[in-house]
Amino acid sequence: MRKMIMPCGLHCIKVNHLGVSFGGQEVLRDINLHIHCGSLNVVIGRNGAGKSTLIRAILGDIAHTGDIEFKDRENGRIQKLKIGYVPQSMNVEKRTPVSVYDMVASYQSNVPVFLKRGKKIRRRIEEHLNIFEAGYLIDKQVCNLSGGELQRVLLSMALMDSPNLLLLDEPVSGIDKNGMELFYRTIYQLKKNYDLAVILISHDLEYVKQYADKVVLLDGSVLKQGSVREVFQSPEFARVFQSGKEEV
Amino acid sequence: MGIFSWLQYDFMKNAFLAILLITPLFGMMGTMIVNRKMAFFSDALGHSALTGIAVGVAFGVNNTSLSMVIFAVVFALLLNFISSKAPSSTDTVISVFSSCSIALGLAILSQGGNFSRYSSILVGDILSITPKELVYLSVILLATLAFWFFVFNKLLAVSLNRTLARSRHISAAWLENLFAVLTALIVMASIKWVGILIINALLILPAAAAGNISGNMREYHFFSILFSVFSGVLGLVISYYTNVATGPTIAILASIIYFAAYWWGSQNNV
Repeated sequence: MRKMIMPCGLHCIKVNHLGVSFGGQEVLRDINLHIHCGSLNVVIGRNGAGKSTLIRAILGDIAHTGDIEFKDRENGRIQKLKIGYVPQSMNVEKRTPVSVYDMVASYQSNVPVFLKRGKKIRRRIEEHLNIFEAGYLIDKQVCNLSGGELQRVLLSMALMDSPNLLLLDEPVSGIDKNGMELFYRTIYQLKKNYDLAVILISHDLEYVKQYADKVVLLDGSVLKQGSVREVFQSPEFARVFQSGKEEV
Repeated sequence: MGIFSWLQYDFMKNAFLAILLITPLFGMMGTMIVNRKMAFFSDALGHSALTGIAVGVAFGVNNTSLSMVIFAVVFALLLNFISSKAPSSTDTVISVFSSCSIALGLAILSQGGNFSRYSSILVGDILSITPKELVYLSVILLATLAFWFFVFNKLLAVSLNRTLARSRHISAAWLENLFAVLTALIVMASIKWVGILIINALLILPAAAAGNISGNMREYHFFSILFSVFSGVLGLVISYYTNVATGPTIAILASIIYFAAYWWGSQNNV
């Protein structure tokens, strides 16, 4: 198991004036975020508010204006930001012959997965899977995993490069209430025990209330950000989630 | 007469060697084409061969193979580009371009009632392959092996999740174009021997069959190449004794293997 490093709280990630347009239409404008290591930052908003777009922009998957900087708060040195990303799902249909080893190794290793198993990489993958008690899944087909199992595999894959920032899309399908609870507890453990910041897109306000350090209410731009209490009691929040109806 | 008596003729020897070069190539490429759901793409690419020849004829090019290859590469890149931009679904876009290009090809080639001169490319003729062309095929096989060795992992990563691949600094668009060009080159290099009508069958069937019974990428490649080579060699021998065109015989065998593998897969819950 990887050595745990307590978060130092001294690194911060700044998103400055980030904007995204698709075909002349502004999807995100002037997004400013300030994120500290060891904190769980949750992005909420109605459907189409630009939550997934924000994640893709931070990843560099789509063009955006503005910039993202990663700073050491003590001496202000700017470092290269390493991002771990946990997608909601993978493109695997039934009977796709891709094992968990194949999937993880294809992202992590240059040893061709069709030829042989790299012993070293296999051990490394297993070690990381074990963090989330998923080591036994290594030879299973990805298409046969349950929603929760896939999530654990993807989480351990995201941790393999020791990222400074973990970006997550909360799983929406294939996970029951217990699984969801486990998912949030795992994230909570992660941010406490590893030196990283977490940005999570959430669809479930109950869990947000319970676990988030900071909440960002998004609707094209940042309507409100701050602590759970600040955001949940704001008029902006009431406007987006009218009459306490928690459909996201 | 021994069981290898069919190898006594030079044209059969050459055809046999050609099969041994083409089928592993197809088995290998097929795995990724099936995984990436590009079956329709490679089909359209095969059909574009006709247009490539027509364009060559229209411009008075002597070597229509060259115009065919160039057209296919351009066509593949164009299809990739348009599929990534188009609002409608990919298969519709591919179908539009494929129909358009094949109509253009047929129109040019049939002008003056001369189409029968080109009809051999529809079915292909592996028995006419020359030693020089075998050398070309070996070069392509080696190039593909090298490509596979260095790029396969990244290609798989992109096919599983583009955004995740992007977060690992794997450039999806670049790899996809490279793969499309390689597919175009391989299809064009073998289309004369295999034929436009069934080239896609040989590209798709072995991999699709292997996918039914494999649990990981190593099994997938192993079975795909095995099925491809097996149906290729057996198809050649059967076609020799039954006097049926080789390409269709191979495709029929590959189909039988596909259905058998499908059945086996559902029995054993792979």
